[in-house]
Amino acid sequence: MNLTLKVWRQAGPTAPGQFETYEARDISEDMSFLEVLDVVNEDLNDRGIEPIAFEHDCREGICGSCGVMINGQAHGPGFRTATCQLHMRLFKDGDSITVEPWRAASFPLIRDLVVNRSAFDRIIESGGFISVNTGSAVEANMIPIPKVVSDAAMDAAECIGCGACVASCPNGAASLFTAAKMQHLNLLPQGQAERWQRTQSMVETMEDFFGSCTSHGECQFACPKGISIDVIAYMNRDYLKSMSKNRKLGGQGLTT
Amino acid sequence: MELKSAIPEGPIEDLWDGHRFNMRLVNPANKRRFNVIVVGTGLAGASAAASLAELGYGVTVFSYHDSPRRAHSIAAQGGINAAKNYQNDGDSIHRLFYDTVKGGDFRSREANVYRLAQLSVNIIDQCVAQGVPFAREYGGQLENRSFGGVQVSRTFYARGQTGQQLLLGAYQALMRQVGTGAVTLYPRTEMLDLVTVDGRAVGVTVRDLQTGEISSHSAHAVILATGGYGNVYYLSTNAKKSNATAAWRAHKKGAAFANPCFTQIHPTCIPASGEHQSKLTLMSESLRNDGRIWVPKDETDQRSPSDIPEAERDYYLERQYPAFGNLVPRDVASRAAKRQVDNGRGVGPLKNGVYLDFGSAIDRLGQPEIEERYGNLFEMYDRITGEDPYETPMRIYPATHYTMGGLWVDYNLMSSIPGLFVGGEANFSDHGANRLGASALMQGLADGYFVLPNTVSDYLAGLLGQGAVGTDHAAFRESRAEVEDQTKRYLSNKGTHSVDYFHKALGHIVWEKIGMERTATGLQEAMRDISSLREDFRRDVRVLGSGESLNDSLEKAGRVADFFDLAELIARDALHREESCGGHFRVEHQTEDGEAARDDDNFSYVAAWEWQGEGKPQILNKEQLEFEHVHPAQRSYK
Ligand SMILES: Cc1cc2nc3c(=O)[nH]c(=O)nc-3n(C[C@H](O)[C@H](O)[C@H](O)COP(=O)(O)OP(=O)(O)OC[C@H]3O[C@@H](n4cnc5c(N)ncnc54)[C@H](O)[C@@H]3O)c2cc1C
Ligand code: FES
Repeated sequence: MNLTLKVWRQAGPTAPGQFETYEARDISEDMSFLEVLDVVNEDLNDRGIEPIAFEHDCREGICGSCGVMINGQAHGPGFRTATCQLHMRLFKDGDSITVEPWRAASFPLIRDLVVNRSAFDRIIESGGFISVNTGSAVEANMIPIPKVVSDAAMDAAECIGCGACVASCPNGAASLFTAAKMQHLNLLPQGQAERWQRTQSMVETMEDFFGSCTSHGECQFACPKGISIDVIAYMNRDYLKSMSKNRKLGGQGLTT
Repeated sequence: MELKSAIPEGPIEDLWDGHRFNMRLVNPANKRRFNVIVVGTGLAGASAAASLAELGYGVTVFSYHDSPRRAHSIAAQGGINAAKNYQNDGDSIHRLFYDTVKGGDFRSREANVYRLAQLSVNIIDQCVAQGVPFAREYGGQLENRSFGGVQVSRTFYARGQTGQQLLLGAYQALMRQVGTGAVTLYPRTEMLDLVTVDGRAVGVTVRDLQTGEISSHSAHAVILATGGYGNVYYLSTNAKKSNATAAWRAHKKGAAFANPCFTQIHPTCIPASGEHQSKLTLMSESLRNDGRIWVPKDETDQRSPSDIPEAERDYYLERQYPAFGNLVPRDVASRAAKRQVDNGRGVGPLKNGVYLDFGSAIDRLGQPEIEERYGNLFEMYDRITGEDPYETPMRIYPATHYTMGGLWVDYNLMSSIPGLFVGGEANFSDHGANRLGASALMQGLADGYFVLPNTVSDYLAGLLGQGAVGTDHAAFRESRAEVEDQTKRYLSNKGTHSVDYFHKALGHIVWEKIGMERTATGLQEAMRDISSLREDFRRDVRVLGSGESLNDSLEKAGRVADFFDLAELIARDALHREESCGGHFRVEHQTEDGEAARDDDNFSYVAAWEWQGEGKPQILNKEQLEFEHVHPAQRSYK
């Protein structure tokens, strides 16, 4: 099939950007979306035009590197599918496809389709972990965990940190990302010791960088892992609780 | 070059314990005075950096990824081994040790492998404590499965995303240390040179991929955990950006490169669908537990697989290897598939695959059970190929997956350059000529969590009172100048073809001639072809854009240049190794029934190649291997 791509080009964070139109010819339906960009880039390079910068690595939908807006949809039309796993079967000959970077103020643009998502790392750094130094762990089967709990933690832990939730949210909120990590850790027995500090600290860091959630729900449809917004309800509940828990503990001089 | 393996004396069970007791310690107040550079944030790098920071050292971390969480380790699917014997099925540290030495076709060091098996149990404890959501039984205990050619169930897994969950655990531990200020993290920063002074590693030269700035960083020790070199084949299951540059530049500074020809081809990947193919996707090996591999008996059979009756199918692995059947090790399964396809019995539109059929498993266990076990893999297959594996058998074909070779290291994981340590897939240490499934994650984490924090401390103890070498030292200046020069050279080259064009062409040579089966003539041809293609590359590569902003082609140009040199060394190593073992199969050296014929009398050694300068062939150094506990025998899976 032959396609027309309208791609956002921008040389740098402060340079002006614009759409450029490129033709992609003889595209097979077995190709992935990123392979189409490869083909276009190969052609651009041959013509002396700088290739389109886009982020990618695993091309298996797991590293979370890739991600662009395709016809206004984060990761495009595939259900639960990251851009790298989107195959051209979902398009037809003659289609015109608009390709843009993630749109969110908290993800500043670096070049073309590449944005800076390091605000996600700041949220994890603020509490998205269980503090256990190497060597201090107990024997693994000393911590029995009901299968349902473990499965629910895993459902949330599947997040790949791509940022589609933020890009698809009209508020640019990162609630799905933050809540997924929180649910993973707060559900598990190992995560209880730091639960309330973790919750407060992650939510507050999130608010420093991102917009606020108004339960729009777009994020869960954009999420390539199908993480449900139930995790956000869980986060909100834990956040409320953390207020009183942390105050009580604080009143007793038990937290800083 | 003298290769000292530094294996301590004593009974194998006590080596590591005894060694730790004999190591020098650094007292807590002094730890702060030491700085360690870690390059790479995969399982090995992230775990090493977090653990060293927990000990109190200052740690500087570099990764070319935008976040440590994106490292290639994230893509591992199947699981991680540990000798917990939770299943009471006869597993033990000794058995994991034995299986790994045998699986590696007797080309690994016993002492290292024994330690790996011992540490495997600590890894699981550590990861569970961090919150890694491994699969569990209804009673709340950890679940296990059997994996890739072993007969006990010792593999721990988190759905089909074990690597992801383990890496996120290590990443979170690392980010916690970034939060405390103990780790300084430089994402989107690529190491382009190792700096040595008086033969010791004292720092690195890096390039900020966003601004193009080239800078120097010094430290008391440098750890490379930069992953494997499978992308030398262009098409592989590795992440697109995985490359050998960090290891190769260290090699050029004097670090010996060991067993480069030991590369692993994984039997269960989705076959390429055409010329546009940019990488290959692995279908987890666990699928072979329930899937049956076959091809039509008649090579002209055009029917759809469901119309081919049982009697007209050749379940060739079950036929040739009745004891192990579909569970033979990777190298054996891969070669068997290649032979079927080479004989014209391949299936699919390009006749480049074999069937992996779940029909009988679905009949036996029911579709829900198969969904529970492999649901996400089936979904992924469907998404990529547009075919539903519940209805029609999967098509699979071997692809490059893992590299057992890597920088030579001693028992302490120190390379032949003092102060340069190497962990994870980047070193050659534990897998010999063939890696068993679910053992790379184990090795990366054993290196990072438990080995390096001890051995690096011991090295640092010897440097007490010495400051790090300043980055104004001539060695740093020269290294910066050289890196700058290289960058400029690519940008000013007035060529006509893209970097990918050359990488593909190189990959084609390496796959055809240094792939699953190798011959002396093929290898000699490969060396000639690589060398002439490298000339074309130097003359004719075209890298557009500038060196002052994000420039993918520029990054790739440097990496592909190193792949050319590495490919040549792989061929040289494969040519000199006149035997077949593990992933290295020389057509001239096979048994009567077509199995690998090892030559223990002449090749029971590690081949460690020493750089001699641009354009000169490397020199071979040998580290002899001793087997006191597992006696070399012909592997038999019949
Ligand atoms: C598809 C797939 C599935 C797998 N499944 C399994 C499995 O089920 N079980 C198992 O045991 N093993 C599995 N493996 C193998 C295993 O995943 C890898 O061997 C292992 O994860 C390697 O980890 P690492 O830490 O050594 O390196 P990597 O994870 O590759 O990390 C390399 C790091 O180094 C950085 N880096 C590299 N070069 C530079 C440079 N020059 N400058 C700065 N940074 C640099 C990168 O940014 C990255 O952070 C699988 C591999 C693949 C491809
Ligand atoms: S490239 Fe890794 S998720 Fe798409």
